Amino acid sequence: MNVSLRINGQPRRFDVEPRILLVHLLRDAAGLTGTHVACETSVCGACTVLLDGKAVKSCTVLAVQAEGCEVTTIEGLAPGGKLHPLQEQFWEKHGLQCGYCTPGMILTAWQLLQRNPDPGEAEVRHGIEGNLCRCTGYEHIVDAILAAAAQMRGEA
Amino acid sequence: MARAPEAPKFIGAPIKRRDDPRLIQGLAHYVDDFQLPGTLHLAFARSPYGHAEVRGVDVSRALGAPGVVAVYTGAGLAGKIGPVPVAGLVPDAKVPVQPVLAGERALFAGEPVAAVAAETRYQARDAADLIEVDYRALDAVVDLEKALAPGAPKVHPQFGDNAAFRWEIKGGDAEAGLRAAEVVIKQKIANPRVAPLALEPRGVLASYLPGEDRMTIWSSTQVPHKLRTLLAQQIGMAENRIRVIAPEVGGGFGSKLNVYREEALAAHASRELGRPVKWIESRSENFLATIHGRGQLGEVELGLKRDGTLTALRYNVLADCGAYYQLLTVSIFTLTGLMLPGPYKIPNIEMKVTGVFTNKMATDAYRGAGRPEATYILERMLDLAAAELGMDPAEIRRKNFPAKSEFPYPTSAGLTYDSGDYHATLDKALQRAGYKEMRREQAEERKKGRYLGVGLSTYVEICGMGPSAAMGGQGWESARVRVEPTGKVTVFSGASPHGQGQETSFAQIAAEGLGVAVEDVEVIHGDTDVVPYGVGTFGSRGTAVGGSAVVFARDKVREKMARFAALHFEADPADIAFADGKVFVRSAPEKSAPFARIAQMAYDAIQLPPGTEPGLEETHFFEPPNFTFPFGAHVVLAEVDPETGEARILRYVAVDDVGNMINPLLVRGQIHGGIAQGAGQALEEEVIYGEGGQPLNATLMHYALPKAHLLPRFELDHTTTPTDVNPLGAKGVGEAGTIGSTPAVVNAVLDALAPFGVRHLDMPLRPEKVWRAIQAAQASTGGAR
Repeated sequence: MNVSLRINGQPRRFDVEPRILLVHLLRDAAGLTGTHVACETSVCGACTVLLDGKAVKSCTVLAVQAEGCEVTTIEGLAPGGKLHPLQEQFWEKHGLQCGYCTPGMILTAWQLLQRNPDPGEAEVRHGIEGNLCRCTGYEHIVDAILAAAAQMRGEA
Repeated sequence: MARAPEAPKFIGAPIKRRDDPRLIQGLAHYVDDFQLPGTLHLAFARSPYGHAEVRGVDVSRALGAPGVVAVYTGAGLAGKIGPVPVAGLVPDAKVPVQPVLAGERALFAGEPVAAVAAETRYQARDAADLIEVDYRALDAVVDLEKALAPGAPKVHPQFGDNAAFRWEIKGGDAEAGLRAAEVVIKQKIANPRVAPLALEPRGVLASYLPGEDRMTIWSSTQVPHKLRTLLAQQIGMAENRIRVIAPEVGGGFGSKLNVYREEALAAHASRELGRPVKWIESRSENFLATIHGRGQLGEVELGLKRDGTLTALRYNVLADCGAYYQLLTVSIFTLTGLMLPGPYKIPNIEMKVTGVFTNKMATDAYRGAGRPEATYILERMLDLAAAELGMDPAEIRRKNFPAKSEFPYPTSAGLTYDSGDYHATLDKALQRAGYKEMRREQAEERKKGRYLGVGLSTYVEICGMGPSAAMGGQGWESARVRVEPTGKVTVFSGASPHGQGQETSFAQIAAEGLGVAVEDVEVIHGDTDVVPYGVGTFGSRGTAVGGSAVVFARDKVREKMARFAALHFEADPADIAFADGKVFVRSAPEKSAPFARIAQMAYDAIQLPPGTEPGLEETHFFEPPNFTFPFGAHVVLAEVDPETGEARILRYVAVDDVGNMINPLLVRGQIHGGIAQGAGQALEEEVIYGEGGQPLNATLMHYALPKAHLLPRFELDHTTTPTDVNPLGAKGVGEAGTIGSTPAVVNAVLDALAPFGVRHLDMPLRPEKVWRAIQAAQASTGGAR
């Protein structure tokens, strides 16, 4: 069946099986492979994208549910190649190692900072509890999110 | 050993990673991100039983399903693909033949029985579900002790029993040492199975071109060359017709240091069908059919004098192999034996290990790979001994360290520790933690009904794997350094980093000696057609061994370049220096040329120095003369809520000594991640099989990985004791955190439980287990003391 949506600002239309997951539409049909699959049970958050500005786990969203929606993937976070403060700070603070969880982690952090532009460390740690990282032990991720928050508030 | 004469400019600098921009923008390519036209997708039908007879496999419905191109069964593949390769065996090990697809019996839940290749991944999975296997469930072997009892069901009937191998290591006379002891502490200790859980599951894309008779395999692997050599033999193809590419790899932790059945079948299918074949592991498959770590159950005896001096350690252990060996299953347990004395002077040691076949997935290398198990029993035993003797846990450790002056220190297990200053790391850790204050706080809070515990672990690990002879082969690593005609520098490494950051640190190493900018160095790895034959990244060897190979290759190139410069400047090659993008005469610095100009001369070759070939490209295979032995001291403050049994880490102090650091930012990241993984094992993680060999928690909903809010901020510090085993003086850091943290956390929780009279609990220390222990203790003693 047909699904029409906007991906990273561009109107797109796909003919998909009704059961196709949003993450597979993004990766296989739209060719946006920055969104990763790691648990298929919406526990790990590697597949996180923004659906109308809300962070969702695209491994448990059907593509057809995104009909008429605006989807932002990691590829769309820095249009024109200028890094988003979150991307800058993940780089700056060594907030990633293998990088597999990173796109989802950054988009979850994006929503966290939308809701709370000035979070404390504990709020950041709780805010990313739906995203798993096996490499970093999280501390540098937390540092990156706090630094990005400061940067976005114009303090850094 | 040769060292760069210039003062370090890049080595030791916390330079940001150069691989990050592609990763943070979602532009990197992991295996599943490669989409080749005409790709078929592979899906497996796996045994739902721990142990079952396979009475028949009916693939007719699957063959007729939409999009299906081929269906594979064990019978159909017989004679076409060889067994899964194993290495690192001990003498007399019984070696079961691991087929790619199960034959007459399936020996663990998740064992592949049949497979489908179809046009899409959805079609492949649909069709795999249509394969009808007639199973007859058999009794499964799950419990290690019951496995060896007479009459136990047999995993491999042809071997007569479930004892896979027996191996022992002895130093001194443990029996005599225990007899001579004034106190002997005994404890049965388990180190349960855990899952490595790299966030990117395994995956492979094989593309065979019939005309060229060449195959390219993209694999999420830590060991591309090893995979190429072993897979070539397995599928009966010349290895120089196979190119293995390890693209971006989303974590490994040892689990991708292997050749797995699925890779072999994907390669075979691509060759047979003449189309690309992809298989991407699901998370449940990752739990079922990717190796697990640990899996030891043993009796420990520790002998001491009343003053705390260690006299002997004996460890009789059952090692859970699983149903089949993977590549290094057996050798993991020998590493435990080699590291049994840890950082202590123990004159008499003995470990007797019995490998046990069980109806489970194989165990193999998982971050630390045998060393965490040694450290864990030792650190638990020292705490038990300290309690028994009324000594402070820090004091009993300090008392038994070799002095700094005793290094290189020969151990009773037959190793020689390269360098160390164990007192320094412990002292620094205690100081950073405010150990005495912690103990005071603990006593104060206890009066108020809060149960705080302080846990220590001091460890030494074996890294930089290692001399080839001591490893049973392939302990070296390779590097090729090419100075391009434009003055750019390309490093080709045989190591295969997958998140560790050597694209940056190796560039630092190359830039350092050649006097060019780090940005001008490109590091290439993970492509067997491009890099020299390599061993791979595991065992904390990437930098210590692979980075050292870069040093030597770089120095060879520099030496050659100096000859071209000397010819140009009419100077002595020994008088040529490299700095800031220039090559110049040290004694006459006005004689200077841009680095690129000298590079171009070497390629133009219009004038050649005597006995010198054109070009600037040199290869080095670095063979280390010894292992390296990083060490450290970790201090944990934990709190147990007696109402819920929940244990929380309040503070985590780690002082590690990994020798010289190439990039301290990367070192910190490695230690953080290691601590989190070790703490996860201590508190949460365990792969659980039920009676029939059923995995009971094989999803991330049921297997608890550490989350951000459950971990404290890490308080890190270091001492620096370089090694002379390699020119960098670097010891390796990949596994330090994991090795140090598990016992430190467990010791802290058990210290908190001491007032209840709880002496020991096996990991993981989940709330329910802790709560039950408190309840049981209170029932027997009437409350906390």
